[in-house]
Amino acid sequence: MEFGLSEEQVMLAESLGGFLAERLPMGKFRTVAESGSGFDGELWSGLAAQGIMGIMVPEEFGGLGLSLLDAVVAAEALGYHAAPTPFAAALVMAPLALMGSGDRAQQKTWLPRIASGEVRIGLGFAGMSGQTGEAVGRLDGDRLSGRITAVLDGGSATHFMVYLQDGRAALFAAAGEPGVSVTTHRSLDRTRPVTELVLHDARATILGAANDPKAAATAVLDAGRVLLAGDTLGAAQSMFDKALLYSKERVQFNRVIGSFQAVKHTLADIITILEPCRSLVWYAAHAQAGPPAEARLAALQAKAHLGDAGREIARLSTEIHGGMGFTDLLGLHYWFKRIAFNRQLLGAPERCRHEAAIAQEWVS
Amino acid sequence: MDLRYSAQHRALQEEARTFIQKHRHLSPKTGGGRKRPDARALDWQKLLLERGYFARNIPREYGGFGRPVDIMELAIIAEEFSNAGVSPGIMNQGISMLVPTLLEVGTKEQCVRWIGPTIRGDIIWCQGYSEPGSGSDLAAAKTSARVEAGQFVINGQKIWTSSAHYADMMFLLCRTEFDKSKHDGLSYLLVPMNAPGIEVRPLVTMTGRAEFNETFFTDVRVPTDQIVMGRGDGWHVANVTLKYERMLLGDANKLTYRLARAVELMKKTTLDGCRFIDIPEYRERLLKLQGEVMASKYHGLRLMTEQAKGEDSGVKRLIVKLNGTMIAYRLSSLVVDVLGAAGLAYEPVGEAAEDDEATTWQIDNMYDIGLIIGGGSSNIQKNIIGERGLGLPREPKSAPPAVRA
Repeated sequence: MEFGLSEEQVMLAESLGGFLAERLPMGKFRTVAESGSGFDGELWSGLAAQGIMGIMVPEEFGGLGLSLLDAVVAAEALGYHAAPTPFAAALVMAPLALMGSGDRAQQKTWLPRIASGEVRIGLGFAGMSGQTGEAVGRLDGDRLSGRITAVLDGGSATHFMVYLQDGRAALFAAAGEPGVSVTTHRSLDRTRPVTELVLHDARATILGAANDPKAAATAVLDAGRVLLAGDTLGAAQSMFDKALLYSKERVQFNRVIGSFQAVKHTLADIITILEPCRSLVWYAAHAQAGPPAEARLAALQAKAHLGDAGREIARLSTEIHGGMGFTDLLGLHYWFKRIAFNRQLLGAPERCRHEAAIAQEWVS
Repeated sequence: MDLRYSAQHRALQEEARTFIQKHRHLSPKTGGGRKRPDARALDWQKLLLERGYFARNIPREYGGFGRPVDIMELAIIAEEFSNAGVSPGIMNQGISMLVPTLLEVGTKEQCVRWIGPTIRGDIIWCQGYSEPGSGSDLAAAKTSARVEAGQFVINGQKIWTSSAHYADMMFLLCRTEFDKSKHDGLSYLLVPMNAPGIEVRPLVTMTGRAEFNETFFTDVRVPTDQIVMGRGDGWHVANVTLKYERMLLGDANKLTYRLARAVELMKKTTLDGCRFIDIPEYRERLLKLQGEVMASKYHGLRLMTEQAKGEDSGVKRLIVKLNGTMIAYRLSSLVVDVLGAAGLAYEPVGEAAEDDEATTWQIDNMYDIGLIIGGGSSNIQKNIIGERGLGLPREPKSAPPAVRA
């Protein structure tokens, strides 16, 4: 038994982190972020060269066939650099959905194209994710109608996937199909947009091969929750690191402010919240391959806990920067907003906890 | 990440379950631990030691079970005992703090002499650290031990000495090198509590019980070999002990166990006919704490893994006490709220108090504040985390109090 990352996972974190630090200096980062599309072609090709595209695609379909914990390690690095790129839905949840609910032919068609970076799938849920907003989807044969807001990774998606209430998923192209209307909005988090889908009898491919479709859909949803928790973990670590550095450089009253207990204790509070978060997120990722009851509880509690912890760390880290933290100059707010975005997607803390109570049969 | 049980681990789990099933009627009540273990507790302890459910990794020559360290084994044992609600054995300062200290920095002779009787529960230790004038500033200790005719002669006063009124021995931090600086002048002595010149006076706490004491030393004599490491090494040894104390105080197993009790209570207790677990406001508090307990639990597993590999966990270890004691307090606070007005009748002294669930929770809730303060208060923990863990500069040197005109 060993609780921690493998050497390969540590290397993945380091190499991806190094790549993102080099590719996203503040100037470049701002330009990409302010486009609001959550996508940059150059960054995407670079990520492809890093091997990220096929992280969850099995080897037989041209991917790396890694685990959700590997994906969470990558999510943490992406959150740390607030990377404006599709990931959670396009590169993790979509391949998981195809593996869980697609038939063999569908897997053969789609998975290699995900692994090559050619296909980017945005993903939404019609009424089970616990998000606010519209989430209505109806399937009539292979025709999909409905309206779904705040679809994940939709800014540059080539295709979309929508989970229906019964646990089946509908897959369709983003453009060129009659009945498909895609509107992408810049979001509070400039590094990732929100996309609204309006569908009128749009022709879709149905993923319906799961033995227990609802359980398969829930597994993908919960994996997404763990990924968002991992992204928040990285973003929160980044804000803490910036605050710690600032507290060692900024001088007031002839002392660096980190020597004042008011500031020192705040930093101690942050790290005391933050480090156990990492263990919880790692565990939740690992648990997704285990018994469903434990997997559900861990995913829901990780999403809920990181939502609250992330918000607290974001505020405290901003405060430590004083007035500068409130300005646009430092760009600290990009991380604050990244954390805020993750909190609301796929179920906010209160909603996830409520679901956790049901999952544990505390309430019916 | 590998949390699978090997065949050997599954066998241990099975073995522990069988053991608990067969012997659980012999277990003393869990919790408490604020008095000398009675015959029942000592018999249970003996049984656990024989079967390797206690002191599993302590060498056989020191009275332990002598198994090589395997953190999963310890986690399995802790979990099975906790799930079954049976006592995992005696918890006290000697076992949790002095024993690991001796194993880390004591001589072989000291280990042979003290560890066996301590883990059996025969010798009870108390901790002589704080003084009226040196609490958070522990290294300012003034209690002195001067060498006269091959003996240390101890004079001074210690405070907050839990269990001093029934302890057999004290590990004592005192000043022996008067020409050296504050931190270099201290030594760590092992003192029998029945030595002439020791006076213990009970100190009643906010719980209404005398959980700790003031201990006075007047020309108390102990042989000069009753010292851990050398003269002037006391600050180093004291910090080894504090490391274990802080891990103990933040123990996630305690949180897991307490959470389980809170869940049970909220399932069976009702308000206006509605179970507390069905009332969203209370349930949300419980669920929030569950998330924090889970994070603490896996953080503990991560630390155990790093410890087994011989890695220095740095700041990750330093946060354990601050984190764990605060969650424990919030858990007992939730339970106190669930008990509500029905939990307000309070007679904390005497045997009846131990049997009354509400009284025990009220005591625990206040005692949790004691644990937030003891072993280095939360404010001191934050200094340690900031300075040792995060590399932040220390406070500027002493600022004497202003003299009034």
